[in-house]
Amino acid sequence: MSNELIDFVIVSIALLGIGIYGISVKRNAIRMLFAVEIIINAANLNLVAFARFLPHSGGQTLALFSIAIAAAEVAVGLSLIIVAYRMFQNVDIAEFRSLKG
Amino acid sequence: MVDATFLALSVLTIGSAIAALELRSLIYGSIALMGTLAGIAGFFLLLDSPFVAMFQIAVYVGSIAVLILFTVMLVKRELIFKKIEDRRRQFAGIGLMLVLMVGLGSLIIDSGIKSITTDEPAIDFRDIGKDFLTYYWPVLILMALILAGAVTGALVLARREDVEDEQRAN
Repeated sequence: MSNELIDFVIVSIALLGIGIYGISVKRNAIRMLFAVEIIINAANLNLVAFARFLPHSGGQTLALFSIAIAAAEVAVGLSLIIVAYRMFQNVDIAEFRSLKG
Repeated sequence: MVDATFLALSVLTIGSAIAALELRSLIYGSIALMGTLAGIAGFFLLLDSPFVAMFQIAVYVGSIAVLILFTVMLVKRELIFKKIEDRRRQFAGIGLMLVLMVGLGSLIIDSGIKSITTDEPAIDFRDIGKDFLTYYWPVLILMALILAGAVTGALVLARREDVEDEQRAN
């Protein structure tokens, strides 16, 4: 195997940085969800990379759990965005400050 | 040293992650996000874990990305193309990103991770199945309950009560 652990970890750090940039800058709720997805994927990449190099099956198992939980999180997050969009007719999170409707 | 496949995959993944956040249209953005997720699946294949890669493609590229695409289509047309952010905040965000990348990167490069190499065989997916059904079985059941709860919760949240009332009145 020619690729080393450090290469995968560096790609994962780059994805984490992009995701944190997205969370801190974007005000569109759907784009913030994109950024969260990118961060979750960076974490999964780290889990599988360490599982391959240590080698231990626990990392892959944990990555599978993490993917499934992320699916649930996206479903709930998107339906919250839809509810908020129906209330405010907007997806700008600055508008969501008062959640009374 | 890294090989060409790894380089191509990392360019695809990081490039489409930036595109997902920066493209003007949310629809193209969500298609670019699909590219990122598929690139991560490619990394999983490079790491000799085809089972996780297939799971990633089935769950992320197959369902989550399509769900996001449909939600984007429900939003008004002018909101899809509108960019709402101020310049100063954007520069601060880029600064935060660079500080984080350089800081964490130098920390990782200085640590002992560099010397970790392996020539042991890859983990068999049968081991993952055994893990699921022996040591992790309570977690598996809990995760199934959480998934069911989350999907039910999402349906309850997104239900339109006003439409139902009108139908009942008719």
